[in-house]
Amino acid sequence: MKEKESSMAQEFVKGLWKENPVFVMVLGMCPALAVSNTAINSLAMGSATLFVLFFSSMLVSLLRKIIPQQVRITTYIVIIATFVTLVDFLLAALVPEIHKELGAFIALIVVNCMILGRAEAFAAKNPLRLALADALGMGFGFTFALLCVGAIREILGNGSLFTIPLFGAGFEPWVVMILPPGGFLTLGFMLLFFNWLEQRRKRQLAALSSTPH
Amino acid sequence: MKEQADMGNAPESSNSEPGSAKLILTLGLAGFFSGIVLVGAYFITLPIIQQNKAAAQERAIYKVLPGCSGFETYIQEAGKLKKAAAVTAGSKVPAVFVGYNQEQHLVGIAIPAQEIGFQDVIVGLIGYDPVKKTIIGFEVLESKETPGLGDKIFKDADFRNNFTALEAPGIVVVKKGEKTKPNEVEAITGATISSKAVVRLLNNGLDQWLPAIEASLPDIPNQSKQQ
Repeated sequence: MKEKESSMAQEFVKGLWKENPVFVMVLGMCPALAVSNTAINSLAMGSATLFVLFFSSMLVSLLRKIIPQQVRITTYIVIIATFVTLVDFLLAALVPEIHKELGAFIALIVVNCMILGRAEAFAAKNPLRLALADALGMGFGFTFALLCVGAIREILGNGSLFTIPLFGAGFEPWVVMILPPGGFLTLGFMLLFFNWLEQRRKRQLAALSSTPH
Repeated sequence: MKEQADMGNAPESSNSEPGSAKLILTLGLAGFFSGIVLVGAYFITLPIIQQNKAAAQERAIYKVLPGCSGFETYIQEAGKLKKAAAVTAGSKVPAVFVGYNQEQHLVGIAIPAQEIGFQDVIVGLIGYDPVKKTIIGFEVLESKETPGLGDKIFKDADFRNNFTALEAPGIVVVKKGEKTKPNEVEAITGATISSKAVVRLLNNGLDQWLPAIEASLPDIPNQSKQQ
């Protein structure tokens, strides 16, 4: 029982940091660049993706023995597209303001390669419990990454966070940050930071193992 | 239970090819269930979505007509305005909304209009005072303009100030800070396309309705009984 719990926890935690879909695997770049111009948009996009990822992973894992290999990708896409359209309707009905902000990008969750990637690489090969833990970890990791990028871009490009102004009237917003180049810049620096962390960890490990006893 | 027994097994890679019938059946079933879920979700959310849109439109009517405390719906018929029952949500018949203040005096007419913007259609509501022949308010109902730039057409206070007393029709765009005449709109720096689209929306929306409004202005009751 303990072993099962620890493997579930492992699958959950890996998506948050060590295998973070955006910062480490560099997946799902389209929404990560396009709608991460404010913290609220990032949060909404991350949550919508989390919802789709969770339920599509659930179905893919449950049906993994039934779906023939030859048509599996097509079937996964049908499953994913169904949940995406569902999210689209639900957002329009429940939070029209956010739906207005995200616009066409909700529909584009279908082609977020992170979701199809998790379905193919994990959910199709693992039992329900692990697939759900993996989907939650990856979903939260994706939301966290989008929120980091979104917060930085909103603070620098608009002088606010979650639409709350942070600086006085003297602040001149760095407009480029809320435009597409700002997305590439921010993401580039964050990838640089994550790679530096990873290399430092490797160096430390190497140094540790080579120290004479 | 079955899940636990299967734990850790990769999906069996069967050596025998499944027949086409099985493949077609799988995809057919996937499409069928997906269709049922989507149609269900569509019909469940449609009334809520339409309600949201109607509520947003009503809020916008009160915003574009300052001092308005009630309105009546009019449609265009044979070049004149004709009073209609309140337009139900989802109706495709173009209609304008004649607003009255608490003393039941005409404050203006809210005219819906749309125009292609930078990425997609911009839907807006124009508040027009037919007596003074000026635009007294403007709200964007739907737009997919670039966040941070084009969306300033409804977020930028300076741009919105263009529409508090704008002489119409015949509105023209000028650069920011160059407004000299009452029929000029100062564009947003960096969002000229969206700014021009809004001005086209205003001009075209007014063109469609002004002849009918002017022809029926004497007939529009200045006293409203209902509201």
